[in-house]
Amino acid sequence: MTPFRSPNDTPLVRVRDLSVRFAGTPPVHAVNSVSFDLAPGEVLGILGESGSGKSVTLKTLLRLLPERKTRITGQVEVDGQDVLALQGRALADHRGGVASMIFQDPSLALDPVYTIGQQIAETVIRHDGLSKSDAMARALEMLEIVRIPSAKRRLANYPHEMSGGMRQRAMIALALACRPKLLLADEPTTALDATVQIQILLLLRDLQKELGMGVIFVTHDIGVAVEVSDRLAVMYAGSFVETGSVKDVIRDARHPYSKGLLAANLVGAAPGTRLDAVPGAPPPLNALPEGCSFAPRCAHAETACSMSPLPIWNGGNGRWARCVQASCLGALADAESTS
Amino acid sequence: MSTPILSAHNLVKHFKAGGFGAARKFVRAVNDVSFELASGETLGVVGESGCGKSTMARLLVQLLTPDSGEVHYQGKVVGRELPLKAFRSKVQMVFQDSFASLNPRMTMIDAVAFGPTVHGMSRSDATRKAQDLLDRVGLDPSRFGGRYAHELSGGQRQRVNIARALAFDPQVIVLDEAVSALDKSVEAQVLNLLMDLRRERGLTYVFISHDLNVVRHISDRVMVMYLGEVAEIGPVESLYSAPCHPYTQALLAAMPSLDPDRRTMEAPLAGDPPNPIDPPQGCRFHTRCSRVFAPCSAQAPAQHKVGKTHFAACHLNSAKEHVA
Ligand SMILES: Nc1ncnc2c1ncn2[C@@H]1O[C@H](COP(=O)(O)OP(=O)(O)OP(=O)(O)O)[C@@H](O)[C@H]1O
Ligand SMILES: Nc1ncnc2c1ncn2[C@@H]1O[C@H](COP(=O)(O)OP(=O)(O)OP(=O)(O)O)[C@@H](O)[C@H]1O
Ligand SMILES: [Mg+2]
Ligand SMILES: [Mg+2]
Repeated sequence: MTPFRSPNDTPLVRVRDLSVRFAGTPPVHAVNSVSFDLAPGEVLGILGESGSGKSVTLKTLLRLLPERKTRITGQVEVDGQDVLALQGRALADHRGGVASMIFQDPSLALDPVYTIGQQIAETVIRHDGLSKSDAMARALEMLEIVRIPSAKRRLANYPHEMSGGMRQRAMIALALACRPKLLLADEPTTALDATVQIQILLLLRDLQKELGMGVIFVTHDIGVAVEVSDRLAVMYAGSFVETGSVKDVIRDARHPYSKGLLAANLVGAAPGTRLDAVPGAPPPLNALPEGCSFAPRCAHAETACSMSPLPIWNGGNGRWARCVQASCLGALADAESTS
Repeated sequence: MSTPILSAHNLVKHFKAGGFGAARKFVRAVNDVSFELASGETLGVVGESGCGKSTMARLLVQLLTPDSGEVHYQGKVVGRELPLKAFRSKVQMVFQDSFASLNPRMTMIDAVAFGPTVHGMSRSDATRKAQDLLDRVGLDPSRFGGRYAHELSGGQRQRVNIARALAFDPQVIVLDEAVSALDKSVEAQVLNLLMDLRRERGLTYVFISHDLNVVRHISDRVMVMYLGEVAEIGPVESLYSAPCHPYTQALLAAMPSLDPDRRTMEAPLAGDPPNPIDPPQGCRFHTRCSRVFAPCSAQAPAQHKVGKTHFAACHLNSAKEHVA
């Protein structure tokens, strides 16, 4: 498999042939043979279809999936550690210490029976061994860093007493409290208004540079992805279908799904008119078609698309697309834009 | 204007925030908010996180009791002239937190069929209806109907919530961040569905969102809130092309860049929103406003008319008003 290699030789994250299945009738093949590297201090943005396995991929890096009904195969290394083999104390140190996550749904991360201050303090006591009063001071500092207004008063708030956007910021504070090497951010700014969103994005960019933190950033907002990412990956039906630098993917997407997703952007559409969406729905994850899983919805599909394994177009410099026509699709776009 | 389908009259909601007796403190989450919704209209609602949008929505659908003020449905005072039960079947809400609003022990098909059965539909009809609705939000009922909330992705849960609200056959739907977890392509499908239903059934929407592009696309009018109050309200095109409140101007300027070579370097609005327990005197925005002048700290601005149906609560517009 051609992994998405970052230029740096010792990656912070190294994922090879990762597959995740949930038992059930029928079983769900949520992630299918994903491989990628993330260098320390690098920001990888992931865009993709709803239900394509973005959150499951991130949760695997923290081993947060229910053990009994989940089967994980492949290799996952973070900071040199084999994440899939971690047990007990080592696993606890990994979660929140080495890597931490900002969840899509704040109710998953925040405990309703403790105040925000208690929750952040408890994490730093556990990972950094701070005293109770130092931990509270750190909690306050974190709430200020993520621009929670009246931070001091908010320390004593329970999650339900905060607005959606404040809960989101509290969760960002919780995730950053132990200065992790790897931050997994699952749509961290969707609950924020544009003015606060841009503040948080600029803040994450600063902290990321300052701490040299690696970040995997899942978002549906292409503008947000452009603001923070060094590289982009596009996910479809449990696989990465295209990766490259932000500029390359935004300006010259080669996979038809990426092209469709970027075109469905609302900017410039006449208000109230029907919007272009990629027609159809993704295939059932337990019965993916041979070869390209996007082929049944693809306007350019041909017989070669059912080849297995599918040839991968390689554009050099970590840029590739899982599409038999990627080279000519790019050429087509060039011809269209010059004509 | 004919009788509005839904209207808010001077809604006020303050939450207790610690302290005792005379020192008791309150968060002024919603402070004297009034507006009207014409039948078939879509009102977009935007504003800073924590400014009271979700609280306003909960007041509007009567999940919270206002400290004062009224909600009218087709001219009738809800609760007094129109029983709550009748109102609930007409006005539905899709909640911001897609997890919290789904019963963890119910399969998705049951969650969607629940509404119609409560309103007297037979189980088999309700199930058929739920299947149809799941299908319309892009979730194959044979694949997703038997799953529980934690077995879905964020965007899939959000669509179940939309189907659940539609199952009541409401006239008005209040959508609180209802498409925020969807990828752009599925979002386009769901927005198309909402626009189709609006055309087919004349539905009225209150559409709360942080995505200014989406709000622009779907709304007829837009309401901008700041710290529990209405800062500006007006037709979508005039509000986006000629915003009259400095807060609206900052908000629109904060939209992310789509150009990798031109990333945003500085946030257009600095500082923190003021404490809602003790909001600033005069105009609530004056502490952060780049165009602050003498009257702003002294006097709260009235809603100045800046267009036929366009109002802005900002002193800068007091001169303009006479011209308009
Ligand atoms: N515990 C589970 N049991 C069974 N299926 C699951 C479970 N968790 C997730 N899934 C399924 O796995 C697939 C991938 O889910 P995931 O949450 O990773 O999607 P996503 O890409 O994050 O989508 P979204 O953008 O909507 O959040 C989905 O089809 C989902 O329904
Ligand atoms: N049950 C509650 N108890 C105490 N305070 C509350 C409660 N619910 C909301 N608040 C406060 O009321 C204010 C308005 O909250 P609301 O949830 O309406 O904001 P919002 O505009 O929806 O924000 P967001 O965009 O972040 O969702 C906030 O200061 C919030 O902390
Ligand atoms: Mg997700
Ligand atoms: Mg809200």
